[in-house]
This record gives sequence, C-alpha cells and structure tokens, in this order.
Amino acid sequence: MNARGVTAMQLGLQCCEACGLVSRPAPGLEEGRCPRCAGHLIFRKKHSLQRTMAYLIAAAVCYVPANLLPVMTTITVSGRESDTIMQGVVRLWSPTGWPLSLIVLVASIMIPSAKIAALVYLVFSVRRGSAQTPGQRVLLFRIVRGIGRWSMVDVFVATFTVALIQLQPFMAVEPSPGLFFFAAVVVLTMLAVETFDPRLIWDPVSSKEVHHV
Amino acid sequence: MGKSYGHAVNTPLADASLVACPNCDLLQRLPAVAPGETARCPRCATDLWHRREDSLNRTLALTIAAAFLCFIVNIVPMLGLSAAGRESSTTVFGGAELLWEHGMHAVAALVFFSAVLAPALQISFLLLVLLGVRCGHPPAWVGTLLRHIPFTQLWSMLEVMLLGVLVALTKISEFATVMPGHAIFAVGGLVVLLAAIQCIFDPREVWERVEWAETKARHETAGTQELEAAR
Repeated sequence: MNARGVTAMQLGLQCCEACGLVSRPAPGLEEGRCPRCAGHLIFRKKHSLQRTMAYLIAAAVCYVPANLLPVMTTITVSGRESDTIMQGVVRLWSPTGWPLSLIVLVASIMIPSAKIAALVYLVFSVRRGSAQTPGQRVLLFRIVRGIGRWSMVDVFVATFTVALIQLQPFMAVEPSPGLFFFAAVVVLTMLAVETFDPRLIWDPVSSKEVHHV
Repeated sequence: MGKSYGHAVNTPLADASLVACPNCDLLQRLPAVAPGETARCPRCATDLWHRREDSLNRTLALTIAAAFLCFIVNIVPMLGLSAAGRESSTTVFGGAELLWEHGMHAVAALVFFSAVLAPALQISFLLLVLLGVRCGHPPAWVGTLLRHIPFTQLWSMLEVMLLGVLVALTKISEFATVMPGHAIFAVGGLVVLLAAIQCIFDPREVWERVEWAETKARHETAGTQELEAAR
C-alpha cells in the first residue's frame, strides 16, 4: 500500500464514521444511510467550512467578555471582590501553587485562543485549496480536537468553589457573568471542531495525485 | 446523528476489510493485524484499528468496575470544607445545582451534562453493548447504542473535572481546611478505567457480530471492481 492512492469519494464510496463499513450510495444521491448501523452517510460534512467559521466567529465574540468580565465574586463581611480568569491565575501563583497556576493559564487562556487561531488557519488553507503539508495540518487538527476539552477546567474550578464556599455571612462565592461567556467559548470551539471535516484537507492532494496518474 | 431515516440505504461492498481513513478518506484494505497491534493509515498515520487480545471480555470487566465507581462518584461528597466552626461538603450534582440556583442555568446544565450525564450514558451504553453482543444474535439496538458512544465520550469530561477539583482544593486550602472527599479517589479510578477501556475496546469486533439495521442489504453487496481500482 503506498501513500499515493484513491479516496473513497473518488470512487463514489462512503465510509461510515461510526462502524467503518464502506458502502455505495444509491445512484445520483449525495447522502445515504449505512446499511449496518443506520448512521447518516455523506461524502463530506455539509457546509463544513461555513459552519466551522460561524462557530469560530461566535467563539471569538464570546472570548472578549469571557476574559474581561469576572467569573467569580467573593462576598465577605468587608465587601465584594470580583476575579476574572487572569486574576484567578495570578491569585493561584505562589511558591508551591505555581504549577497549578500554569495549568490554568494554559488551559483557560492559551488553549482557547490557540484553538480559534488554528481552526481559522485550517479553514483558510482548505478554502485556498492548499496542497501543502496536509499531514501536518491533519496533525494540528487532531491536537486541537484532543486538547480543546481541557479548557473546561476553569468552569469546574468555579463550580466547586461556589458550591463549597457558602459560609454566609462570613464568606460566600457567587458565579459571575464571565463564567457563562467562558463556558460558551469552550462549547462553541468544540462544536467548531466537530463540524470541521479533516478530509477536506487531503482532497486537493488526492485530486492532484489522480491527475498525475 | 440519528436523523438519517429519510435517506436511502447504501449498498455495502462485498469486501468488509476495505475501509476509508476518517481523517483523509484514503481507501485501503485493513491488513491482517495480530492482537496487540494497531493498523495505521499509511498517508496520515491515523489509527484505524486497534486489535486487542480478548477485547470484549476484558472491556466488560473494566466497564462493570467503571459503572460501580460512577455510582459512587455521584453519591458521595467530592470536597468538604471546615472554616470558622462551620462545615460544608458538595457532590458533583450539588455543584451543578448551586450554579442553577445562582441563575447560571446554561453553565449548570453544561456541568451536569459533562460531569454526570455523559459519563453515565457512556458507561451504560458500553455495558449494554457488551452484554448485548454476548447473545447468539446481537440485536440491531446494540449497533444503535454503539454508534452513539463517541458522542457521549466527546462530552464526558471526568478527567478535566478531576483537575478542576484539584485546583479548587488548592485555592480554597489557603484560607480554610479542605477535606478531599471519597469521590475524588473514585473519579481518579474512573479516569484510569475509562482510559484503559479506550485502549482495550475494539468496536470492530462488535460490528462484525451485530445484526444489521438493514438485514436485506447485507446480502445484496456491490461489485468488487472498486477493490481492484483501490490497489
């Protein structure tokens, strides 16, 4: 088996994402149903680039309030104090706590922005019909898909902090609006990943190979 | 995902060892893989098939253990706190509930879904699939459940929650005494079990045995001329 080959789509075949069965759609039809598992089959995800881009724009819009608005508010006898995500990272920074602080910094601030940037790059490279470094771009996509979920860590930190610190009237922690936008960024970027079809990255390469043969 | 019943049924190929890579769509024949080996796409290196020794029985054993731990995680406290002579503790569900009470309905629903519902569905679907496949003729619902496991897996975020709990624990311990609850250890065990299940479980073995959704289609296979073209 060599790297030069034919894709299922070029032969008019569809491979089920769920069960892996390769099958042929009824003549003239773009979409079908897997005979083994009844899953929906389509050559390439419908409007993949547009939908991914739409989710990314929505995520980028939510990213601003997610970082500017506080995610938690601490209410003590002496007053109220609100923390954004970045302030939470700074607060966690101590001689012993810095590794955790670093994890939160990476998971909450760097991963979401890197994820949006990486997906925008992938969408544009596919739209341009680029045939350069497809292997690296698929790898990038797989990394983005794998690490994206770790951004949820701050949502869980807030959840457990709020649930535990309810010592009225001395001290109580409340969730603040930033948390909603932050959760929205995580969910929207995950949806952007799910609507992106990585096979599109290889399509320009595959069609070139066929023309050469 | 499930709303495909409006579409016409495809015709399967005669050769079941033919697959297309999910990441680059390269059509290829799966090699004969020995237990313990993995077949990768020659073009983009995506794992296509992990074949594992005695996969289904081992996965069943791990899944029963995971179901047991999942039950514990959801009933015992995750974290406890004692400060200023007061004590409080929370479970996973309690955390989501309190967010809901503070008006954060969407975030509460997300936490409940990703930390309680999705893991529970993932484990129960897997358990039903593994038990269902043990009967002589595994019914088609086994396939339906198996088809939806990747979705539950995507949104099940126990390992992320565990990290979140540890960060919260460190944060709070600066001004109060925090007691890690039994659920932390149970989640830790569950994360390890789920990772092990992902390594050992071989869905192809289930798919080969399961009753087809379209029983008729199983026998009217398409020609094999495309196989020749693929070589």
